[in-house]
Amino acid sequence: MNSSISVILKKYESKSRDSLIPILQEVQETEGYLSKDALVEIGKDLNLPVSKIYGVATFYNQFRFQPKGKYHILVCRGTACHVKGSEKLLETICRNLDLKPGMTTKDRMFSIDTVACLGACGLSPVICINGEFVAKVTPKKALKILDELKEKESENARV
Amino acid sequence: MNDIIKIFIDGREIEACQGEKILDAALRNNINIPNLCYDKKLSCTGSCRMCIVSIEDRPVNVPACSTVVENGMKIIAFNDKLEAERKVILDLILSMHNDDCINCVKDGSCDLQDLAFRYDLGRGKRTFHPMWGDAAEYSDSSSQVLNYDATKCIQCQKCIKACQEIQGKGILTLENRGIEAVVSTGYNQWSDSKCDGCGECAQVCPVGALTMKFVYTDGKRFRDKDISKITGTTCPYCGVGCQLDVHTNSENQIIKVTGSESLPNLGSTCVKGRFGLQYSGHKERLKSPMIRRGNSLVECSWNEALAFTAEKLKEIKSIHGGADMIAGMSSARCTNEDNYLFQKFMRTVIGTNNVDHCARICHGSTVASMLTSLGSGAMTNAIADFEKADVIFVTGSNTTETHPVIATAIKRAVLNNNARLIVADPRKIDLVRYAAVWMKQKNGTDIALANGLIHVILKESLQKDDFIKNRTEGFEELKKSVEKYTPEYVEKITGVPADKIIEAARIYGTAQRASIAWTMGITQHACGTDNVTALTNLAVITGNIGREGTGLNPLRGQNNVQGACDMGAQWDSYPGYFQVENETAKNRFESLWKTKLSSKNGIPLTEIMDAVLEGRLKSLYIMGENPAVSEPDLNHTVEALKSLDLLIVQDIFLNETAQYAHVVFPAASALEKNGTFTNTERRVIPVRKVLNMPGQAKEDWEIIQDLAAGMGYFWNYRSWEDIMKEINLVVPQYSGITPERINKGELIQWPCPDSKHPGTSILHGEKFTRGKALLQAVEHIPPAEETSEEYPFVLSTGRNLFHYHTGTMTRKSIALNSFCSDPYFEMNEDDMRELAINEGEKVKILSRRGEIIISARSSKRVEKENLFLPFHFAEAAANMLTINALDPKSKMAELKVCAVNIKRL
Repeated sequence: MNSSISVILKKYESKSRDSLIPILQEVQETEGYLSKDALVEIGKDLNLPVSKIYGVATFYNQFRFQPKGKYHILVCRGTACHVKGSEKLLETICRNLDLKPGMTTKDRMFSIDTVACLGACGLSPVICINGEFVAKVTPKKALKILDELKEKESENARV
Repeated sequence: MNDIIKIFIDGREIEACQGEKILDAALRNNINIPNLCYDKKLSCTGSCRMCIVSIEDRPVNVPACSTVVENGMKIIAFNDKLEAERKVILDLILSMHNDDCINCVKDGSCDLQDLAFRYDLGRGKRTFHPMWGDAAEYSDSSSQVLNYDATKCIQCQKCIKACQEIQGKGILTLENRGIEAVVSTGYNQWSDSKCDGCGECAQVCPVGALTMKFVYTDGKRFRDKDISKITGTTCPYCGVGCQLDVHTNSENQIIKVTGSESLPNLGSTCVKGRFGLQYSGHKERLKSPMIRRGNSLVECSWNEALAFTAEKLKEIKSIHGGADMIAGMSSARCTNEDNYLFQKFMRTVIGTNNVDHCARICHGSTVASMLTSLGSGAMTNAIADFEKADVIFVTGSNTTETHPVIATAIKRAVLNNNARLIVADPRKIDLVRYAAVWMKQKNGTDIALANGLIHVILKESLQKDDFIKNRTEGFEELKKSVEKYTPEYVEKITGVPADKIIEAARIYGTAQRASIAWTMGITQHACGTDNVTALTNLAVITGNIGREGTGLNPLRGQNNVQGACDMGAQWDSYPGYFQVENETAKNRFESLWKTKLSSKNGIPLTEIMDAVLEGRLKSLYIMGENPAVSEPDLNHTVEALKSLDLLIVQDIFLNETAQYAHVVFPAASALEKNGTFTNTERRVIPVRKVLNMPGQAKEDWEIIQDLAAGMGYFWNYRSWEDIMKEINLVVPQYSGITPERINKGELIQWPCPDSKHPGTSILHGEKFTRGKALLQAVEHIPPAEETSEEYPFVLSTGRNLFHYHTGTMTRKSIALNSFCSDPYFEMNEDDMRELAINEGEKVKILSRRGEIIISARSSKRVEKENLFLPFHFAEAAANMLTINALDPKSKMAELKVCAVNIKRL
């Protein structure tokens, strides 16, 4: 039994299925993502099939099922960024990392998510890496950033 | 009954029930409002919107499936405007559907295809661009028996609801949203999920999204339109007696199997019934009679086999007392007609009561106990009654695996009707997840537990005094006997905490309608009869018998074990439970059968092998049984089989027992014959011929009739109907269950005294069969064999969902083997760690009687120092280890408890 999850579950004593989403949100906040074990535990507590919880969680964009990578990349898919080619940008990043939005690389280095709008349309197309905005990202620029990060990490590994 | 109100659909006045939905009322009156996500067995989804209707004075259209009728409601179901709207909705649904009808197995039986045709929405005529391509990555064909094609899925959610609301499993879910919404098993792919392959989901899928794999045709695909015949018959596996529709093509090959929408299963099946019937056409089937020449069995003609057998039998019979040196094992796998004739053969042609069948090691103790206390040994209520109970007490039954379809009824009672479930089982079986209380008693302490429950009920005055006064005898003695079974005392014996006993007793004692269900965990003990008596006491003092939703419900194991008992395939009773030693009964049967009968009880099944070794039996006639795997203490059994003068085996396979036979008769399987079974709830159900018999095989009753003729007895039965007509005369409970009614499709529960009687769903309603119920005090008896330093583990045997009995049928199915193919035993994970045994490691299990080598499976289900071993696997036969300690009252063997040790190799 994961203690941080049981602490969260204790807060929702009514054991009603109405608490499911707040519980999922809080678990994600503490754990960073929704692990299978977490869903099993929540299911036991609320007496809901795990599959049902998974179905609910996958309905919402806010939940992720893999831990975030060391570098968490948000790609803005708002209108302005779309017009400026964010679709191509997203595709490029995904192909480079062999990932889909919501997923994390096997070495847990990179993860990608999309957002509807980062509210920085003036910088479009914009991405956000670990909270820092990168403006006017072309696919080429994105690949350069990724290469730099990978380079940095392999150097770290050597040291 | 709900009030009847009037509604108007398109101007037509129709009657509807208060509270029902418009669509239900409309469909019942043949007003076919189109729909895709509706199913009368499932809760309303309301997602497809095809069933929209307009209601006078309401501004917007509403879905008929989710709108409740009101008195005088004026509904328009069809006009040009609604039809135009439906066409747009359908157009949208079609944009999500890969309409590759030309290559779809559902071609011809697809609801969506029918609607597209009805609304003239061919490919060239649609407005919306196809969008199903994105779903392709979510297809999942990893299940052993199912295929999910996400591109064809229309998100009607019937499969998800069937899994949750009918099967009570909740394995499926709707993942993602919008265009990517698909059905999935959640985190895992299908094959790694808890899906056990019952196929309920595939049966409700309206399109070709969720389909059954072609397990009967080696993967070769067939469309529903290739099916030329659908035969309704009874599943040949457990005692639930599911009605199946077997679909065959023009070459008489099984294409698929579905559950029929009739009692008792209402469309459901388990994985064995739907995907596990391959044994019938298996290449190893016996095709010709065989006779022993030296060390081997060689094929011969029927004439030779029958003449040899008849001569030998006559020879043994001619010795002084020779008739009683021959014994017959009848079969709970065969029809009522086969069993009736088999026992008639033994009693009239041979002249002995030495006939018995596997009920002896199944519910023999139940029958012995309930006959004494109530006057009838059968399940008192119907399967459907579980859903009418507000409390269900399941003890010694891993219902999910042994009676899967009954387990779904129990789960539905809990999930849909808020019934409370009490489980008493040493293992953490699947039903524990649904239970309000789980009592984890030590093996072999069931009497103490039941007495403890009775103690609490009496102490808290939860018993029904009127019922006890008017309808029972023996209450005072019972009361006195349970005085010492305080919760604390019972805790010491059973290991169940006192507060759990009190809680369970209160739940059971305060129920309006409480049902008890049990199987081998109660019966297969040397105190099996007393175990059942203790449960009977519990039900009777609380008045939980004779009414809907209550009762004492022994779930019978084999497809026709109830029928085989009814037909008198028993050492101590004639057909209809007339006792052999009763003079009047003997006279009745002598005049019915026009011959002299033996007045002496026969040898019960569990004593047959001893009798052989003691020289009291020289010949055995075994029909459809496999004692060389199923009997307790196998070394002993095999020694006995080897020493016989004449062993006759009549079977569909050359099974382990047949290896020792002198003569072997090839028989027809349940899919190749006509007749009847009687399921666990006393319902007489039809067995209908689907396939042709292989080679020279014959129906069992025909073989028995031919052998009788060889012995000089000329019967003249031409069909199963002829035998059933005789059963109608001989067995009072079956008087009104005529072949005509069975052929008409009536599924009648006995007792049914005449041909107009509808049958009896609930026994002991007005009065008990024996008059008053007899309450009998019973005391805790420890198991025959307890653990010691040398044998520190308690071994319990049982079953697994994917296999049946000794596996002769199920292990011929590739589909079932793909779930579980090799012998294993379950061991507590901590014990495994302590003994440093790895998952899957082969170890030796030893008891005082034998040893087997088998792989270990770590389990959270079994307690420490307990082992669980399925008995399906001849190569690691559980019964090498078990003890032949017998219940003195019913001759039941103690298969559930023996002491063993484990050695690493």
